[in-house]
Amino acid sequence: MIILTGNDLKSGAVVWWDGQSWSRHVNEAADVGDKAEEILAREEAARRVNVPYAIEAEKDANGVRPAHIKDRVRALGPTVRPDLTMKPADPAALDWVI
Amino acid sequence: MYLYDQYDQAMVDARVAEFRDQAQRRLDGKLSEDQFKPLRLMNGLYLQLHAYMLRVAIPYGTLSSRQMHALADIADKYDRGYGHFTTRQNIQYNWIKLEEAADILADLAKVEMHAIQTSGNCIRNISSDHFAGAAADEVTDPRPYAELLRQWSSFHPEFAYLPRKFKICVIASDRDRAAMKLHDIGIQIVEKDGEMGAAFYVGGGMGRTPMIAPCIKDFVPLDRLVSYAEACLRVYNRYGRRDNKYKARIKILVHEMGADAYAKEVDEEFAHLLDQGVEPPFAELERIRTFFEDPAFAAAGADDEIDRSDPDFALWVDRNTHAHKADGYVSAVVSLKPVGGIPGDATAEQMHLMADLARDYSFDELRVMHTQNIVLPHVRKSDLHKLWTALDEAGLGTPNLDRIGDIIACPGLDYCSLANARSIPLAQKISQRFADNGKEETLGELKLKISGCINACGHHHAGHIGILGVDRKGTENYQLLLGGSEAEDTSLAKITGPGFTEDGVVDAIETVSDLYLSSRVEGERFIDTYRRIGMTPFKEALYG
Ligand code: SF4
Repeated sequence: MIILTGNDLKSGAVVWWDGQSWSRHVNEAADVGDKAEEILAREEAARRVNVPYAIEAEKDANGVRPAHIKDRVRALGPTVRPDLTMKPADPAALDWVI
Repeated sequence: MYLYDQYDQAMVDARVAEFRDQAQRRLDGKLSEDQFKPLRLMNGLYLQLHAYMLRVAIPYGTLSSRQMHALADIADKYDRGYGHFTTRQNIQYNWIKLEEAADILADLAKVEMHAIQTSGNCIRNISSDHFAGAAADEVTDPRPYAELLRQWSSFHPEFAYLPRKFKICVIASDRDRAAMKLHDIGIQIVEKDGEMGAAFYVGGGMGRTPMIAPCIKDFVPLDRLVSYAEACLRVYNRYGRRDNKYKARIKILVHEMGADAYAKEVDEEFAHLLDQGVEPPFAELERIRTFFEDPAFAAAGADDEIDRSDPDFALWVDRNTHAHKADGYVSAVVSLKPVGGIPGDATAEQMHLMADLARDYSFDELRVMHTQNIVLPHVRKSDLHKLWTALDEAGLGTPNLDRIGDIIACPGLDYCSLANARSIPLAQKISQRFADNGKEETLGELKLKISGCINACGHHHAGHIGILGVDRKGTENYQLLLGGSEAEDTSLAKITGPGFTEDGVVDAIETVSDLYLSSRVEGERFIDTYRRIGMTPFKEALYG
């Protein structure tokens, strides 16, 4: 699947396009199929998100997993500070990144 | 310490107001990211993996207690309770909101700090010896010259858009504790026939193409220091490669022209500049110098003898203190490298504590080391035990200066948008491994440095052992390098061979350190043994 991501303009937080708006949770990322460029152009023009871009990802029973480790680190948070990640109580989350 | 005059303060305050307006226009959608990015970068505001990152300049690594408290307050108020001290003697905050960035700059301005020129193709924060003004082996305190250069380079209109970023370092002893020869310009203040002058080393650097700066002038009179630096920059600005980002640093220019040809051009420019009024009046240097006068050291006394009856304290004294020019004093190094910890990170509470301890025991002064530790420069020997006790209770008393656990690690893929691989988890595993196996003590001085990409913020080229993170088909992989040094015997490390996985490289480091232990002769450090026996035995041990 193709999903869109960027950083929120105000907070800088990592966000994912959920089909309507931008979500903090990668599992809510929508498959944009061949609409990536169109949505990116529109969202860049709206100036709510910094440098959004399209990436490849996979979806299975556990949710959406970006193809590249860099985007998985973005999705979760710094692996060396589990307390500051999106899943502070889930030790398995680090395995998901690697 | 230098205190701002009305010009310094007015410039910084004006910049805060200007940035507040720029940020607001971006938030209101009146500026695109393409328009705003260069403006935020001029104020040290990057966009990293998880949020905006703010890099705050700490001129030549010197801080007052008041400033350290302010840095701690920023960590608490605007970030997530911690900051990261960097190899440029600066501090970075990882979780900054654009909405609050101008407020942070305003808070910094209240304590004479800013984030100006911590990014972009300009002259960056001037770095220096972290023991400056305290070390027993320096010819003078290099910081007045670093401050003079800071003032000269701040908002210098001619050098605001150089071909690439530009880093200057000033030291004043033969012992190089600041990686001087790995800067664009490294300046060593020297004494010759009773006169003080500056030796200029130009064209060093790490990154993609590491180079050791050649000495292009062994003695520039100190009343011509700024003119000569200006001449160096002018020649670079004129001939530096603006067509290719990877060839734009001054090291490439000096290398391609040849050091002699570059020096000749500089000499011609220097001669031209001599009657142009570039050099600040000597009175200005004298004014600056008054801010760096020695504090009122107490006379040496009977209680200067260190009580070594507590072995943990004695070990810390042996490892983490440095000889001071004043009898009865030492410089104490606060390790930000607890076993298994994140190199260079300090919590707001730890920063407050270090600030308080500097007030109580070090004349209100602290220094940031490029090795991501903190120095209390002027500590009375009779206060050392009290200091160590307080540090140890706060997790800041690890006795590992220049040991294998004292690892430089850049933020890597945990934070940095340019990274190929994570650096910090590797540092944590190595430090834990060598604490658990008890070999840290036996290994002695061993400098290990890790970068998460070729940009080399973690100084991997200059590590006795260096590690470079690379991306191998989407997975993290680590190249191992041996034989680097950023001290007075500066050398560049060489790659051992094929890379390793994360766990593989930890094992590999144990392999090379074991080979060192079995091969060393009396008194040899790791780097000495490597230089004596060469790469081949290490390769054989690693790859069979
Ligand atoms: S070396 Fe690379 S990964 Fe590390 S901080 Fe620098 S740019 Fe980022």
